[in-house]
Amino acid sequence: MVELAPKSPLAGLVPVTVGRMTLTEVDLGRLTSVAPYRGRDEGLSEALKAAHGIAAPEPGRVTGRVAARASGRDEACAIWFGQRMFLLAGADPDPALAQYAALSDQSDGWACARIQGRGATQVLARLTPIDLRPAAFRRGHTARTELQHMAASITRLGEDDYLILVFRALAGTLVQDVRQAMQGVAARGGG
Amino acid sequence: MRITCPICGERDRREFYYVGDAVALERPDADAPPEAWHGYIHLRDNPCGVTRDLWYHEQGCAAWLVVTRNTATHEVLGVALASDEKGEAR
Amino acid sequence: MRIGGEGPIGRGRRIGFTFDGRAYQGLAGDTLASALLANGVRVMGRSFKYHRPRGVMTAGSEEPNALVTVGRGGLQEPNLRATQLELHEGLAARSQNRWPSLTFDILALNDLASPFFGAGFYYKTFMWPRAFWERVYEPMIRRAAGLGALSGAPSDLRVEKAWAHCDLLVIGAGPAGLMAALTAARAGADVIIADEDTRPGGRLNAETIEVDGVPGRDWAAEITAELSGMDNVRVMTRTTVTGAYDGGTYGALERLAPEVAARPGAPRECFWRIVARRAVLAAGALERPIAFANNDRPGVMMAGAVRAYVNRWCVSPGRSVAVFGNNSDAHRTVADLLAAGVHVSALIDARHDATCSLDVPFYPGAQVSNAHGRCGLEAVSILTPSGEEKIEAECLAMSGGWNPSVHLTCHMNGRPDWREDIAAFVPRPGAVPGLVAAGVARGDFSTRACLQGGVAAAREALTALGRTAPEIDIPGAEDSRYDITPIWSVPGRGRAWLDFQNDVTVKDVRLAAQENFRSVEHMKRYTTQGMAPDQGKNSNVNALAVLADATGRAIAETGTTTFRPPYVPVSIAAMGVGGRGKGFAPQRLTTSHELSVARGAPMIEAGLWYRPSYFPAPGESHWRQSCDREVLMVRNAVGVTDVSTLGKIDIQGPDAAALLDLVYANTFSTLKPGRVRYGLMLREDGHVMDDGTTARLGENQYLMTTTTAAAGLVMRHLEFVHQCLRPDWDVRMVSVTENWAQFAIAGPKSAELLNGLLDAPVADADWPFMSCGPVSVGGVGARLFRISFSGERGYELAVPARYGEALFRELVARAEPLGGGPYGMEALNVLRIEKGFITHAEIHGRTTAFDIGMGGMVSKAKDCIGKAAAARPGLSGEEREQLVGLKPVGTVKMLVPGAHLFEEGAEAVSDNSQGYITSAAFSPTLGHFLGLGFLRNGRARHGQRVRMVDHLKGVVAICEVQDPVQYDRDGGRMRG
Repeated sequence: MVELAPKSPLAGLVPVTVGRMTLTEVDLGRLTSVAPYRGRDEGLSEALKAAHGIAAPEPGRVTGRVAARASGRDEACAIWFGQRMFLLAGADPDPALAQYAALSDQSDGWACARIQGRGATQVLARLTPIDLRPAAFRRGHTARTELQHMAASITRLGEDDYLILVFRALAGTLVQDVRQAMQGVAARGGG
Repeated sequence: MRITCPICGERDRREFYYVGDAVALERPDADAPPEAWHGYIHLRDNPCGVTRDLWYHEQGCAAWLVVTRNTATHEVLGVALASDEKGEAR
Repeated sequence: MRIGGEGPIGRGRRIGFTFDGRAYQGLAGDTLASALLANGVRVMGRSFKYHRPRGVMTAGSEEPNALVTVGRGGLQEPNLRATQLELHEGLAARSQNRWPSLTFDILALNDLASPFFGAGFYYKTFMWPRAFWERVYEPMIRRAAGLGALSGAPSDLRVEKAWAHCDLLVIGAGPAGLMAALTAARAGADVIIADEDTRPGGRLNAETIEVDGVPGRDWAAEITAELSGMDNVRVMTRTTVTGAYDGGTYGALERLAPEVAARPGAPRECFWRIVARRAVLAAGALERPIAFANNDRPGVMMAGAVRAYVNRWCVSPGRSVAVFGNNSDAHRTVADLLAAGVHVSALIDARHDATCSLDVPFYPGAQVSNAHGRCGLEAVSILTPSGEEKIEAECLAMSGGWNPSVHLTCHMNGRPDWREDIAAFVPRPGAVPGLVAAGVARGDFSTRACLQGGVAAAREALTALGRTAPEIDIPGAEDSRYDITPIWSVPGRGRAWLDFQNDVTVKDVRLAAQENFRSVEHMKRYTTQGMAPDQGKNSNVNALAVLADATGRAIAETGTTTFRPPYVPVSIAAMGVGGRGKGFAPQRLTTSHELSVARGAPMIEAGLWYRPSYFPAPGESHWRQSCDREVLMVRNAVGVTDVSTLGKIDIQGPDAAALLDLVYANTFSTLKPGRVRYGLMLREDGHVMDDGTTARLGENQYLMTTTTAAAGLVMRHLEFVHQCLRPDWDVRMVSVTENWAQFAIAGPKSAELLNGLLDAPVADADWPFMSCGPVSVGGVGARLFRISFSGERGYELAVPARYGEALFRELVARAEPLGGGPYGMEALNVLRIEKGFITHAEIHGRTTAFDIGMGGMVSKAKDCIGKAAAARPGLSGEEREQLVGLKPVGTVKMLVPGAHLFEEGAEAVSDNSQGYITSAAFSPTLGHFLGLGFLRNGRARHGQRVRMVDHLKGVVAICEVQDPVQYDRDGGRMRG
């Protein structure tokens, strides 16, 4: 039997450290996009709680402990991912979910990165137009938005701690853009 | 320009894709006369004032939106989900 | 020269710099302009058109004359204002628009010929002959006129962009801005206060005014310190707010301090987009010159600038200074000069009723009529009620009054209002939603009024923000009345400058009026007044006042031209930050990218994706060799290529089939699970949008593929159809393009290659052409599709993307012993042209299903997007250009995409065009060139000859029209 060696999206590209900031790859485990069918939202949330212990997230929010999941803890979380859709991370989706929602495997579709360290917010302010002020974008808030010219999912894990998802094929551009912004922030003494 | 997406909140216009007049919502029936199709596909008002456009939150939540705005003052008067507007129309 | 004083400059820190190669020294805190003045340098530039020697006139971003170039090659920056350029060790600045040197400029001859060079000169003179326009006149004029130049090298200047969000943006950090920021900040609002100077304070840095009993600049520093210490405040110095845009968005250009910009990785500039719920415009005012003969001589300066140089930089612009004004500021200037120990030779006050308490020669009711001294002012002539006098002076400080900086309030089509009492335009309230003006920018001139105005503007903003304004004491400060009697130009002989930067004089504006360019917009374009980098900051009001006078109208009636962003020049590099090279667009790389590059494959762009063009083998020196080999490899053995870039959309739900039936011209509800069907998608206007294969994975699940180029477009279209047309349908869709690495395995030996790899082999009985299903590769769950874009037996194998690289390596390694290997886009293109398969070269937006021979696919049994419109007359029939195959049959054996097709005997002109070639390639399979193209009534013309003419490349070939499918017409090879 042939043996296929897996390769992660950011392999060989990270970690990147500039000043006090680091960009690393995160293994969120199995990723499944979950899109409820018409009128099945409540049933889905119930089934999700029963099977995975978390509720379906409201728009712009997460459920479960994303930061713990991003740090490698084996637990499930859910990240809102678009209109009537969220990303179930860190668990094989319970087959029962399929009667409430369209499930698509996305485990290999996204480059998952984490930027941490003083100055990380300023770095993102160079890449995304969304309002990152702590009152507007709190820990546990998530957004689908633009990162430079890339469609991205950005989740705040802490004050200067973010989870960033972009298309897997854009991993190189992500690292390049973030690195350049990190250098600019660090040179100003901001990170 | 800023558009308040009913799902994501206020965002910069660069997250959105613009398609044009919200008349695109009113697709004629398959057997409608040629004039109806002509109007649907080609004819657009060009108002100096209030207009209804379709915008797609492509870099955001992927919702199609009906944006009511004033072409003279650039004021955005309202934003609604196209699927909701359509629901009302039906 | 440097004088004594308490100005905030680093007396102990000397800084070495050069100007035009000559070494000088300045002090920390100097601008290039103040340092040059301190060194006695008076000529800093040459004028645009007449090459007149020019000195610095202002002390701010509005400077029209003292423009310099710094840096070389990719770091060269022209037209930098010496008044804003912070002095730093090693700064090497060069003057502009002179040859051979600043003090001796050959083209100053233009000045002698000036009687011929008035407004409209170029329009009237360089009319004939027409052939001279571009070859002779334009190069000549361009050489003679102009400012700084770019080096021509790609820019290496590092710039960045950033976003900021706040409750209140305060534009300008003078007394009004500081008080506005303080008020809002104490109320807990998020505040950004931006100022283009290196230190907040505005005019307080340049004046001897006291606030709260301490020197104004100390008060400003104190307030700034308080603001800087608050978490909810961001103080942005060196930052010019350049534009006001819709929805409370403001553009701002930040120039980083030289010592910061010099650090590794640091940008030179940052272009900010600031989103503010409210804004206060406290941008102050710009002082305006007075037009009199030779008022552009080096040494003639704005009075406010003279005070700034004396009070802030401890520099006197001359050994003796004359002061000329029409308002109370002239007296303030004299007082400051005297206090600094500078000799004042005269105070010339145009107001007849003016009185003077200062001990200087005083000339009420007088005006300066001429300035003497070509490379530096020596004396001025004045007209007094009792006659003409000549007064010696090395510097003339002039003040024609102040123009509030209304610019930003006009960026959204607002117009300013004329206020007679201050002889100036003021912002019209509400011109920019959410923005209020305060302080001098609103026309309130006393310091006390500015402090009060800042608080009031902040209160208004806080109320709108739903916050309560704190009680705040207004600091004590001067509250004098601004008294002005306007004068725009002094009568007399000689040229009197209005627009210093574009060399526009009073005479030019009068000429414009005389030639009936009476509208201010026409006058501007005829004379070029206000069209230089300063955008008329120093000249607009004066010029329109002269125009008003010449046309016998009031100023308010004459109006202003439109102020547009940006307020100060912004380089293209700052606007389009990083949009070059790798920063131009994101790069989407397939999982096989690294292996392909390692095999020497040149990568070509396909949308944002990069795909291998061909894989050169040892000994191959030309792409055609590689391409031909790869085509034959697929036809005779097996080839492998990465097709992951095609869009893949997972469509699920009870109404998935209904959605596909609506978006595709043909029917998908009848497709059986485990089968694949080719689908054609139309736009609502009846033309082809895209095509691809769609597999039915289960009863309620389809996997649609799109072309690489149209993946985003199709996704958007599907969402449109669902959300905007049929939101009642229960269907969900999501892109899974990135989740799968997919490889085409094509050729007679494809099954052999595949079965050597799969955990369980596949047999034709279970896997007929156009079937699909799950398979396993090395224990990894995969998807297999038996489809072909090459015309050979073919499969597409998809694995989760993490295994993509390993699978590609394995496929290639196993293909080579079979006589196969990887193939690239060139071979892929040849293979599909041989088979008559279309791409976006054919479905280019103007073709219908009928045109490409697929009219029959538009189902009669159901509605679909584009069906009604496709049935319109003119979109099908003999008059349409229809898809055909072409092969050369004459002496020229080559076909060129883009070439037009003509009847054999017809002249090759556009009226005779019968069609065109969309794709062409050499077919190694058939041994000659092949083309696809569109030909009028083409399907009925198989076997006929047409003439192909490419006017660009000069290629003419006789070709035979044939079926688009030129290889294996019955498809037996593909079906296996």
